[in-house]
Amino acid sequence: MTGLLAHDALMVSVVVVLVGAVLGSLGIRGGRADWVQIAFGTVYANFVLVSLATGAMIYALVTHDFSISYVAQVGSRETPLFYTVISLWGALEGSILFWAWVLGAYSTAVVWLNRKRAGNLVPWASVTLLVVALFFAILLVGPANPFKPVFPVPADGPGPNPLLQNHILMAVHPPLLYLGYVGMTVPFAFAVGAMFSGEVASDDWIRITRPYLMVAWGFLSAAIIAGMWWSYEVLGWGGYWAWDPVENASFMPWLVATAFLHSAMVQERRGMLKLWNLNLMVGTFVLTILGTFLTRSGILSSVHAFTEGPIGYYFLVFIAIVLVAALVMVAGVSDKLHTTGHFDSPTSRETAFLLNNLFLTAFMFTVLVGTLYPLLAEALRGVKVSVGEPFFNKMTLPLIVSLLFLMGVGPALPWGSATKAEMKAKLLPPFSAAAVMAAIALAVGARNPYAVLAYAFVGYAAFANLREYWIGMKARHAAHGESWPVALARLVGGNRRRYGGYVAHLGVLLVALGIAASESFRAEREATLAPGQTITVAGHTARLKEVWGREEPQRAVIGATMEVVQNGKVVATADPRMNFYPTQSAPVPTPQVISSIGGDLYFNLMAFDQNGSHATVKLIVQPLVPWIWFGGGVVVLGAIIGIFPKRRRRTAPAAVRHPVPAVAVPLPSEGEA
Amino acid sequence: MNWKRAGIAALAAVPIIALFAWGFTKDPNAIPSPLPGRAAPDFSLPVFSPGQPPMTLPVGDTVRLASLRGQVVVLNFWASWCLSCRDEHRTLSQFAKRYAGKPVHFLGVLYNDRTAPALQWIEEMGGQEYPSVNDPDAHTAINYGLYGVPETYFIDGNGRVAYKQTGPVTDAILTREVDSLMAALPPSARTGGSADSAAAGLAPGTKGLQ
Repeated sequence: MTGLLAHDALMVSVVVVLVGAVLGSLGIRGGRADWVQIAFGTVYANFVLVSLATGAMIYALVTHDFSISYVAQVGSRETPLFYTVISLWGALEGSILFWAWVLGAYSTAVVWLNRKRAGNLVPWASVTLLVVALFFAILLVGPANPFKPVFPVPADGPGPNPLLQNHILMAVHPPLLYLGYVGMTVPFAFAVGAMFSGEVASDDWIRITRPYLMVAWGFLSAAIIAGMWWSYEVLGWGGYWAWDPVENASFMPWLVATAFLHSAMVQERRGMLKLWNLNLMVGTFVLTILGTFLTRSGILSSVHAFTEGPIGYYFLVFIAIVLVAALVMVAGVSDKLHTTGHFDSPTSRETAFLLNNLFLTAFMFTVLVGTLYPLLAEALRGVKVSVGEPFFNKMTLPLIVSLLFLMGVGPALPWGSATKAEMKAKLLPPFSAAAVMAAIALAVGARNPYAVLAYAFVGYAAFANLREYWIGMKARHAAHGESWPVALARLVGGNRRRYGGYVAHLGVLLVALGIAASESFRAEREATLAPGQTITVAGHTARLKEVWGREEPQRAVIGATMEVVQNGKVVATADPRMNFYPTQSAPVPTPQVISSIGGDLYFNLMAFDQNGSHATVKLIVQPLVPWIWFGGGVVVLGAIIGIFPKRRRRTAPAAVRHPVPAVAVPLPSEGEA
Repeated sequence: MNWKRAGIAALAAVPIIALFAWGFTKDPNAIPSPLPGRAAPDFSLPVFSPGQPPMTLPVGDTVRLASLRGQVVVLNFWASWCLSCRDEHRTLSQFAKRYAGKPVHFLGVLYNDRTAPALQWIEEMGGQEYPSVNDPDAHTAINYGLYGVPETYFIDGNGRVAYKQTGPVTDAILTREVDSLMAALPPSARTGGSADSAAAGLAPGTKGLQ
C-alpha cells in the first residue's frame, strides 16, 4: 500500500516537473508571467511529492515492509534501527530517491528566495532545475524504481551491505556527498539561466548562487574528508585515499568548484574570466553527473560500484544531453562575454588566482585521464590496465606542491599590481617559516624532495595566511583600541568571505600536513601473537591480552584485545575485530585506531585461531593522521564563515574596485538565447 | 548565438560519449572464470531439502558430485536472502520438472544461509522440484570461485564445467546448455540410461549417493 502510494507520488512528480519545465520555458518566451509562476509552483510541488515518497520509504524500511523491492533488498529484521534508516542511501534505488529529495530541497529554497527578482534569470534557472529533476524522476519511476512490489512477500531480507553497517561514518559520508553533489546543480542552473536570459555578462548569477555554491562546496569538502575517514576506519588497509574511480569522481568537481570560488572573485573584482567561469561552473556540474554515472553504471571497476542495470543507459543519455547542451550553450554565448578589465601586472592577486586555476584544472584533468584511462586503453588497445597510485602521485605531487605555495602567495599580493618593495615585504618573510618546516622535516628523516617541499610550503602558506589575520587585527587594535578577540571577530565579520577563505586555507594546510606526515613516516608490522606476547613498531609496543568471540543478532564478532604498553604500564586498549555477516563469504574487518595529537596506532586483526591461542595482528603507526580530519573540519568552518556575503560598506569602496556595469553588452531581446 | 562555435563544441563531446557508450559493452569486473573446460571441483554435501518426486532425495543423505559422473549436472547456488534467486526459481524448477527422467541432475547448493529460512523460502516459492544441499562453510562455493548468488554451473558427463552462468538463468540458457550437453553424452547414457539414470541418481543407496 505504502509502496503504491509512493510510486503514484513519483509518477505525479514526473508529470509535474515536465509540465513545469514546458510551461516555464513557453511562459518566458511568450512573456506569460503567470505561466512562469506556475513553473515556480511545480518546483515546490515536486519537492512535496518527492518528500512523500522519501518519507514512505523510510517508513517502509522501519516497519520492515518487505513487499517493497528496495526494503527486500537492503532491509533485515535483525539490523539495528539506526542502520535500517540510513540504508535509505545504502543501495542504488534509495540513493537516487534521496538524491531527488535533496535536489528538490535546494531547488525549492533557491527559487522561493529569488522568486521576486526581475528578469528571466531565475525563471530559466528554475526550468533548468526542473529538467534535472525530470531526469531523476524518470529514473525513479523507471529503472531505479525503489517501490517495485515483491510477491510473495519475503519474511526477511539480507540487510544492508555489511560495509555500510560497520561504522557510524556511513551515516554521514553519503548524505554529505549528495548535499555537495546536488548543491552544484544550483549554480549550474543559474549559469544556464544567465546564458538563456542574456544576463550572462553580468555577475548576478554568481552573486545569487554564491551561498549555494559555498554550502555545496562545504558539504563536498566534508564528504571527501568523511569518505577518507570512513575508508581509514573501516576498510582495514590503514590508508584513506586509493585513487579509486569513485573517490576521484568526488574529488574532480571539488577541484573545479574550488577553482571557481577563486576565479569568480576575479570576475567580480576585475570583470575578467567570464567565459572561463561559465566553463568552470558548467564543468563542475558535468563532473558531478559524470561521478554519479561512474558509480551507478558499473562502467569502471570500483569498490563503490553499485549493481549494473539499465540505469547506466539512462545516465549515458542524460550525460550526453548535458555535455552537448552545455558545450553548445557556452560556445554559443562566448561572443557576448567581453572582458571589461585587464591584467595590470603579473605581480598581482589575480595572477596568483590565474595560476591557481591553471593548476587546479590541470589537477582535475590529470585525475580525469587517470580515471578514464583503463576504459580508453581497453577501447583502443584491447588491454585491461589499471591506473594506480604511482601514476597519480607522480603526476599530481608537483601540482599539489605548487598549489600549497600559491596559497601563501595569493593572500599576500594586492589586487591590481604590486610594487617591487611590496613584493619583497610580502613574499619574503614567509620563507622563514618555510625554512623552519623544511629543516624540521629533514631532521626527522624526510628525504623525498616533494615531501620536503610540501612541508616547506605548508609553513610558507600558513605564515602568509596567519599574517593577514595579524595585520588586520593589529590595525583594528591600533585604530579602534579593540581587544584582540574583538578585533578578530570584527575583522572576520567585516569581510567574511575573505577571512573565511583564509580559514579554509589553514584547514587545507592541516590536511596537507597530515597527509605528508602519514605518508612519509608510516611504519607497520604484522605478527602472530599468543596472549601475553607483544609487537613493537616505531617505538610503540602493544600486547595481545586475549582473543574473544561473541554472537550478535545480525552478525558474529571475533576480536583481539590489544594493550598498548608504555614503561610496563597499560596506557590504552584496542579491540580490532572481524565481523562475520551471514550474507558474506569473507569477514568484514573492523580495525581499531588509537588516536592522539601526534598520530595514530592502527590495529587490524588479520587472522585468529579458533581456540583463541593465537591472533595475527597488524599494527600501523601513522603520524599526524588526526590532523587530516581536524583540518577537514577547519575547511568546513571556513566555508561556513564564507557563506554569508561581505557586509556592504557603501561609504568606502574597495581600493581597486573597477565597477562593472550591470549590463556590459547590449542585451538581446527577451527570450533570445 | 555563435552557431559555428557551438557546432564545434558539440563535436567535441562526441568522442567522450562514444567512449562511455563503448564502455557499456564491457564488464570491468568480468574476470573470465578459469573453470569452463576443467574438472568441476568435487564435493560431498548433505541434503537439507528433499525436492519433489521423482527427483527427491532423503534429507541428511550426502551427495557426492563424482558419483554423478556420466550424466549432466546443473548446479545452482542460491540463498533465501537473494532477490535474483526468486526471479530464476520458477524457471529452474519448471525446467527440471520438464526434464525429469532424462540424464540430467539438478542440484541446489545453499550459499551463506541457514537451512530454516531456506526451507521456509522454498515453501513460500511454491516448492523446489529438485533437491538442495547445504554448504555450511562455503567451502564448495570457494572452490567454485563463486562471485555471488545466483550462479549456475553446467557440468558435462565427464565431470567438466562446460558453462557458468553468473546471475539468474533463463529458460533459453538452460535449454541450450542442457540439450547440447545431453547430446554429447555417450549413446548408452543417452538412450538406455535415461530411465535408468533417473532412478540411479534419485534413489537412495545407488550410484548418485553415498
